[in-house]
Amino acid sequence: MAQTLYDKLWSSHVVHTEDDGTALLYIDRHLVHEVTSPQAFEGLRLAGRKPWRVGSIVATADHNVPTDGSELGLADPTSRAQVETLDDNIRTFGALAYFPFRDKRQGIVHVIGPENGATLPGMTVVCGDSHTSTHGAFGCLAHGIGTSEVEHVLATQCLLQKKSKSMLIRVEGELGKGVSAKDIALYFIGRIGTAGGTGYAIEFGGSAIRALSMEGRMTLCNMAIEGGARAGMVAVDDTTIEYLRGRAFSPRGEQWDRAVEYWRTLKSDDGAQHDRVVDIDARQIQPQVTWGTSPEMVTDVRGQVPAPEDFADPVQREGVARALQYMGLTPRTPIEQIRIDKVFIGSCTNSRIEDLRAAARVVEGRRVADNVKLALVVPGSGLVKAQAEAEGLDKVFRAAGFEWREPGCSMCLAMNADRLEPGERCASTSNRNFEGRQGAGGRTHLVSPQMAAAAAIAGRFADVREVV
Amino acid sequence: MTPFTTLDGLVAPLDRANVDTDAIIPKQYLKSIKRSGFGPTLFDEWRYMDVGAPGQDHSKRPLNPAFVLNQPRYQGASIMLVRENFGCGSSREHAPWAIEDYGFRAIIGTTYADIFYNNCFKNGLLPIRLPQSEVEQLFLQCAGTPGYRLRIDLENQTVIRPDGHAIRFDVEAFRKYCLLNGFDDIGLTLRQADKIRDFEARRRIEQPWLFA
Repeated sequence: MAQTLYDKLWSSHVVHTEDDGTALLYIDRHLVHEVTSPQAFEGLRLAGRKPWRVGSIVATADHNVPTDGSELGLADPTSRAQVETLDDNIRTFGALAYFPFRDKRQGIVHVIGPENGATLPGMTVVCGDSHTSTHGAFGCLAHGIGTSEVEHVLATQCLLQKKSKSMLIRVEGELGKGVSAKDIALYFIGRIGTAGGTGYAIEFGGSAIRALSMEGRMTLCNMAIEGGARAGMVAVDDTTIEYLRGRAFSPRGEQWDRAVEYWRTLKSDDGAQHDRVVDIDARQIQPQVTWGTSPEMVTDVRGQVPAPEDFADPVQREGVARALQYMGLTPRTPIEQIRIDKVFIGSCTNSRIEDLRAAARVVEGRRVADNVKLALVVPGSGLVKAQAEAEGLDKVFRAAGFEWREPGCSMCLAMNADRLEPGERCASTSNRNFEGRQGAGGRTHLVSPQMAAAAAIAGRFADVREVV
Repeated sequence: MTPFTTLDGLVAPLDRANVDTDAIIPKQYLKSIKRSGFGPTLFDEWRYMDVGAPGQDHSKRPLNPAFVLNQPRYQGASIMLVRENFGCGSSREHAPWAIEDYGFRAIIGTTYADIFYNNCFKNGLLPIRLPQSEVEQLFLQCAGTPGYRLRIDLENQTVIRPDGHAIRFDVEAFRKYCLLNGFDDIGLTLRQADKIRDFEARRRIEQPWLFA
């Protein structure tokens, strides 16, 4: 029978199935960071257990780390304790690779896995972080897990799972100029809603997806979770294979050839049935800007802020009214008239080299507007930073008035010192615009790197297609 | 894990959709390396008038009187009534830890985000999915009845209203079994250790590059 990509990834990892269909799924790659792992290692220790296979573990410190390069290092004692706990745990238990704070390959866990070839097609990949869906870009089954599950995977190399339903989001046609993978992501979430993918694994397909680079596919799969799906994935093709060639942990020699032969089977068969199919015409997608406190509250840059009465459902209407109040926005305000205070280019969604190049092209030869108090560029990893500097992108950003920072999660979730103050409004390339996400009382608008750059220059949201 | 069998508890309604994990427990508290002590900072930004920090004495902070959990009638609640897509956002297990530490043992709503739903079961917290119409009725009854209580019977998979109306709910058999018995998943999985070793040995031969 014709199988979907998800069917193939699922069935190749089932170790055992309970009567009710709950399966024990074998995990190939376990990514570990400092925030969701300490209690899991503690649990192992208390139970007198050891990790099942330390060779599956790749670890880094990303959520808490400062990005200002200060000599003080981790000045916040609670952040420091968490990062040092990870250092201790990896020293005690071991790992395939550890990129600690200040290592030149340290970075956001969802950036360093792929760039080191530690994420390979056909793997199951888990991490105590919901944006693990990112790795599905490589034809993996990848999703976030809680800390109890982190402990479970450490102890057993397996996860208890029920198979999800499968959704195909098919994007056909060519994206317009100035429209990126981030806009596809925000657009599909606007279409299906933040709960639209609950209970599903999403496969992204169609000509517009095949035309995306690996960076673009990662951006898209990263946001699958914002559409409610734990896992997003894209079939393997030449783009995938070329990206992986020669990476640190990619197979070599004869093993590379064998691997590639297998990887090429990682796509949905012709005639495979998905439980739900959503068709999107790429030409309809305009640059997107969120206006509310949920990623589904999104519109075109040429659009306007809606009014609560536009929504029929009373719970939704109330939600919109509350969001507009929190965001300090008046119904019917054109998006392009919304002025901003800060700009954040970074996060596991949009901090890869291609994102920085796209933003730099918009910024080059221009200046950040006077009303913008802070414009940050936070590369996703030490390797991305080095690459960007080799290309001179840091100079472009600095000359325009941006700050060029050290890698980390930074202002995506504001666990370190990078944050919004109450009432501040930010154009952000991150993934969540929840209340307080970037700092208590902060107001987040999600956009692509190009659109964040355009907003920095204009001091308000601006259609990047008119800038470049 | 504490077993969950039956619960007779006071209900507190949280009448908004898409409650995300950043709202349930803000990021500054995720710096803890412990599993406990998150209850006082559950819904921190809605519950208090100030911006909280880890290590603070939360009992001295100014409460937001408008927030539902601060109302006297809901003190001691052990069942939270919620709207759709509850627990969306991050995978932080600190969210169910905080809910459980606050004193809730069950949540009743229509839909939950997948990772959050899963995390609840690992912590003896029962998230119940009911049809929209039943949840709507519960919100109405709860608002109109001070001291509104519900009885939850996991074995029989029912929520019983004060008027005797019993609502059946679905829960996966394996999760129910673990919760009723308070089983630790890891112990159960390790009973399959031989199967895991066999699977791994096969994989090592078929895809050796995964074990380099």
